[in-house]
Amino acid sequence: MSNLSVDTSKRRFLVTMTSAVGGVAALGVAVPFVMSMLPSARAKAAGAPVEVDLTKVEPGMQLAVEWRGKPVWVVNRTPEMLDLLSKHDAKLTDAASENTSQQPEYCKNPTRSIKPQYLIVVGICTHLGCSPSYRSEVAPADLGPEWTGGWFCPCHGSRFDLAARVYNGSPAPTNLVIPPHKYLSDTRVLIGDDQGAAA
Amino acid sequence: MQKLLNWVDERFPLTSSYKAHLSEYFAPKNFNFWYFFGSLALLVLVVQILTGIFLTMHYKPDAALAFASVEYIMRDVEFGWMIRYIHSTGASMFFVVVYLHMFRGLIYGSYRQPRELIWIFGVTIYLVLMGEAFMGYLLPWGQMSYWGAQVIINLFAAVPFIGNDLSEWIRGDYVIGDATLNRFFAFHVIALPMVLLGLVVAHLVALHEVGSNNPDGVEIKKLKGPDGHPLDGIPFHPYYTVKDILGTVVFLIVFAAIVFFAPEMGGYFLEANNFIPADSLKTPEHIAPVWYFTPYYAILRAIPPILGSQFPGVAAMGVAVLIFFALPWLDKSPVKSIRYRGPKFKIALGVFVITFIGLGILGVLPATPLYTLISQILSVLYFAFFLLMPWYTKNDTTKPVPERVTQ
Repeated sequence: MSNLSVDTSKRRFLVTMTSAVGGVAALGVAVPFVMSMLPSARAKAAGAPVEVDLTKVEPGMQLAVEWRGKPVWVVNRTPEMLDLLSKHDAKLTDAASENTSQQPEYCKNPTRSIKPQYLIVVGICTHLGCSPSYRSEVAPADLGPEWTGGWFCPCHGSRFDLAARVYNGSPAPTNLVIPPHKYLSDTRVLIGDDQGAAA
Repeated sequence: MQKLLNWVDERFPLTSSYKAHLSEYFAPKNFNFWYFFGSLALLVLVVQILTGIFLTMHYKPDAALAFASVEYIMRDVEFGWMIRYIHSTGASMFFVVVYLHMFRGLIYGSYRQPRELIWIFGVTIYLVLMGEAFMGYLLPWGQMSYWGAQVIINLFAAVPFIGNDLSEWIRGDYVIGDATLNRFFAFHVIALPMVLLGLVVAHLVALHEVGSNNPDGVEIKKLKGPDGHPLDGIPFHPYYTVKDILGTVVFLIVFAAIVFFAPEMGGYFLEANNFIPADSLKTPEHIAPVWYFTPYYAILRAIPPILGSQFPGVAAMGVAVLIFFALPWLDKSPVKSIRYRGPKFKIALGVFVITFIGLGILGVLPATPLYTLISQILSVLYFAFFLLMPWYTKNDTTKPVPERVTQ
């Protein structure tokens, strides 16, 4: 130790490198903690498909079942309801279901369903996640004379028709989501699994 | 006794801290009514922590048990109803006090140089408090808890590209469920209170470093007497401790009246729908956030979706809160206090107060086309207060500021 002068540049280099390595280590340690907040294996497994018996749903009625913790509606649409569906395309944001993320390919049709009679849809508003109310009546006082049945979201006033397509001017940007589903028989449907038919 | 004190003082700065922060912390002698709310905020924080500890002894953060455990506290735990009502009233009163405290800062320019950091710590406290209140509101697991959290967490889902993953990460599930409740409990009882306490310490340390502002916006440290103390300063203790005790007594009378006679405050402190257990299949007819969030909620609803995305509304709501941080740099006025400011600032501030309250009222009302239009106008005024501030504060006709504080 003959030389008493301090090599400050070397010292600064060492401090910088130590801080940088320490910072990388801190980031690395943060990873498991951040990851621990992701949906757990149990939460992922809870997304098992749900089987629904369609004979329980009377004409014009809606049945709500739970799939992955979300409400899924099964609606038995009457012929009159289906007739009304094509009459207001101009008022819809996405009448032809062009947005592919909102339904599987096999439901990209005017009724947004496999069988026109049964609509199967996730009952979560695409705005901020409330569950809209089923309002199947035509022209009720509170929804106006042009209402031909559908869903009304109580949170922010989004309106959907009976194919769960959003009306222009609603806060919701897109149609409601149609979950993957398939018919096991004429009266039994499996929600949440279409065995790759969507692909 | 003196020997014991000496023994401690040689090992810990007890006497010197006491002097620095209480008996020889010189505060301006002209504090008025508006200066009660800082110490009251501290009082409410202590009340919330104390009542919170005792609620934690009986509450169960489990989606299957939470609602029933709150009812158990209300009905079966000795004085459980009182502890819970103090905690729920305390949450709302915290925001009452904090809003008044922030308004004090606005009228007397307490955020101005050299107190920018005090203001930044304060706005951060306000942000953390919002998170704390929001997470606490989920815990009773009622309908309003559930759907309120659903809406707020879905705000994050509106962020472009990463939104869905982000909201899943926050929830810990694909929907709000047990995982969400459990982690919100952890944040509400441990993480955020610790952050809050740290910020409060930083807020006070910064305040005691630069000294308090006052209704005249005069820097009292500029004029010191022969003893080295500010001429217009008086020791915090006993002068302001005594003053604050009066404020505390009046405040606690109001507080107790709410706890005992109107704990739900007509549905504004505790919403009726929250007395129904959370049901993931059914949204209540009218959902509205608790009153202290409604101004921002009204701004959120006022912005229509743009290009099929609701992100602009979410961003506007976020900016509406964060813009408070910029206040010290937006204000270009040569004076601090409203007493010496000109008409332009007074009008702007008046309009802002009306705007904030108006948005708050609109936030609890259903979204009709007329109300949405009013919300949109008020949202523009809200941002105009901040964004036009450099202009109207610079061009205002101000009065001369006196050398010393006035009576």
